[in-house]
Amino acid sequence: MATTDHTDYGDDVVAVPLRHPSRWIFGGIATVLLLSFIWAVYSAKSIQHEIVAKFLFDPRILQGMLVTIFVTVLCMFIATILATLLAIMKLSENPLQRWLATGFIEFFRGTPLLLQIVFWGYLGIIFPQLVLGVPYTDIVWLSGDTSDLIPALLAGVIALSLNEAAYSAEIVRAGILAVDSGQVEAAKSLGMSGGQTMRRIVLPQAMRVIIPPMGNEFIGMLKNTSLLQVIAVAELYTAASTISSANLAQIELLVVSGFWYLAMTTVLGFPQRALERKFGRGFATVGGRAAPRAFKVGRR
Amino acid sequence: MGHLMVDARSVRKSYGSNEVLQGISLTVESGEVLCIIGPSGSGKSTFLRCLNHLESINGGRIYVNDELMGYRQSGKVLHEMKPKDIAKQRQAIGMVFQRFNLFPHMTALQNVIEAPIGVGGVNPEEAKQLGLELLAQVGLADKGDHYPSQLSGGQQQRVAIARALAMKPKLMLFDEPTSALDPELVGDVLDVMKGLAKAGMTMIVVTHEMGFAREVADKVVFIDKGQIVEMGSPKQVLDKPQEARTKAFLNKVL
Ligand SMILES: Nc1ncnc2c1ncn2[C@@H]1O[C@H](COP(=O)(O)OP(=O)(O)OP(=O)(O)O)[C@@H](O)[C@H]1O
Ligand SMILES: [Mg+2]
Repeated sequence: MATTDHTDYGDDVVAVPLRHPSRWIFGGIATVLLLSFIWAVYSAKSIQHEIVAKFLFDPRILQGMLVTIFVTVLCMFIATILATLLAIMKLSENPLQRWLATGFIEFFRGTPLLLQIVFWGYLGIIFPQLVLGVPYTDIVWLSGDTSDLIPALLAGVIALSLNEAAYSAEIVRAGILAVDSGQVEAAKSLGMSGGQTMRRIVLPQAMRVIIPPMGNEFIGMLKNTSLLQVIAVAELYTAASTISSANLAQIELLVVSGFWYLAMTTVLGFPQRALERKFGRGFATVGGRAAPRAFKVGRR
Repeated sequence: MGHLMVDARSVRKSYGSNEVLQGISLTVESGEVLCIIGPSGSGKSTFLRCLNHLESINGGRIYVNDELMGYRQSGKVLHEMKPKDIAKQRQAIGMVFQRFNLFPHMTALQNVIEAPIGVGGVNPEEAKQLGLELLAQVGLADKGDHYPSQLSGGQQQRVAIARALAMKPKLMLFDEPTSALDPELVGDVLDVMKGLAKAGMTMIVVTHEMGFAREVADKVVFIDKGQIVEMGSPKQVLDKPQEARTKAFLNKVL
């Protein structure tokens, strides 16, 4: 049995933090599994490492990666703005706005993304001519061949952005709902307008709740850009499969593109953590780093 | 003195079929302090929230500083105002809440200067100066860059008072400002409020602090079930209540 020593050693005592042996055990198991997986891939006879190495930095692959990054960032940017508008509309007191937002969200969540991409990509077949003007009059602002006005890249960006907006809208709405109603009252009582209250008080607090799932969405978007292969947008996966259909090194090029997708999604974690810190200011967090220790810490 | 800051005329408010305010009429003169007491659920908070039009009313009129709150009258019709105009009216009325409702993502100073800059159009340097003065006034000169989560309840409530004062309101509403506080922190907040009253601020205070009401209030009103039961000087209402309901309530809280 442990006994308690009440002797007063003054400032000479040392506090030992709680040990976490289970962390080391889990860490050990994970390391072993990871190493054996890497070894399995490395030693597989069907994968020729020279080919992987040769194409890893192929200009076409790097170019494709740039397109992937560009499309991902652009689509997430557009989707976030749209999602915020949709979330605000869905929470609006105006029933028309609520229905519009709900309809949009239901429609784009209810149909497969691949189908939406193909739809926008082949819009030219359904509507060969696009005309922007007042119907049944001679007023025309813009007209032309659909395939000229909406090239594949634009079609891909539209498809991914609209679909993403529908999903993110619910994330943003959840974030807004998580903000205490007293915050809105306090803002109103100071004479702030609805818009100011949303921008300065509600959204910054909602961000705390929104960012972690949006990080997920970002990663999902990065990978979903590979679907644009079906409408021949030259992103990373398209670049890899174009090369492999010529040299028949399918597996190697899958490894190449897989490596780069993994690298990109890993790097995305850093800005996410920075954002979480920024919007977490002023909030006491659970599961974050420990508070500064009040006294000397040592080992014994 | 003598100028009516608040003139509420038979104010009615219902939630569905539940009539929470059943014709409240009272006036507060410029520089006066009115304390509202009454049992839980009697409609005290609702009445305060109607005064700055956080809630719309179903009957009666509310004039604050000679302006009809929330509506524009033309002939016999009251038109509800646009949100922008209501927001403008609210600038003249400060409100302090039971649960403080400070903006947690902003420091104490940022909380105080947010509205002057964003609503009042004061330039940031000037606003900062004003903010520091107000924080000093509530005894928190050194806490400007603390976040609300780093402040005690009493300190948070004093920041909330400074925040409301920053819009230079003509009227201050307090909804049980000390009832979420530990007993030893109540005094600091009440002291700030007493200072305000001395400086001539017009105040309406919902409170259970009878000592404060006795010392500071010019008028006390007892509300029960959405009606004014008794109204008068603190002495009249707190020491010599006439109505049975007032007596019963005071017996319970004292
Ligand atoms: N948003 C609302 N919807 C429906 N009923 C409400 C709403 N707000 C308040 N009420 C009801 O109105 C009545 C008066 O509430 P109010 O908050 O004004 O009471 P109070 O006097 O401030 O009580 P307390 O001392 O507990 O704060 C209560 O019966 C309450 O249930
Ligand atoms: Mg109340």
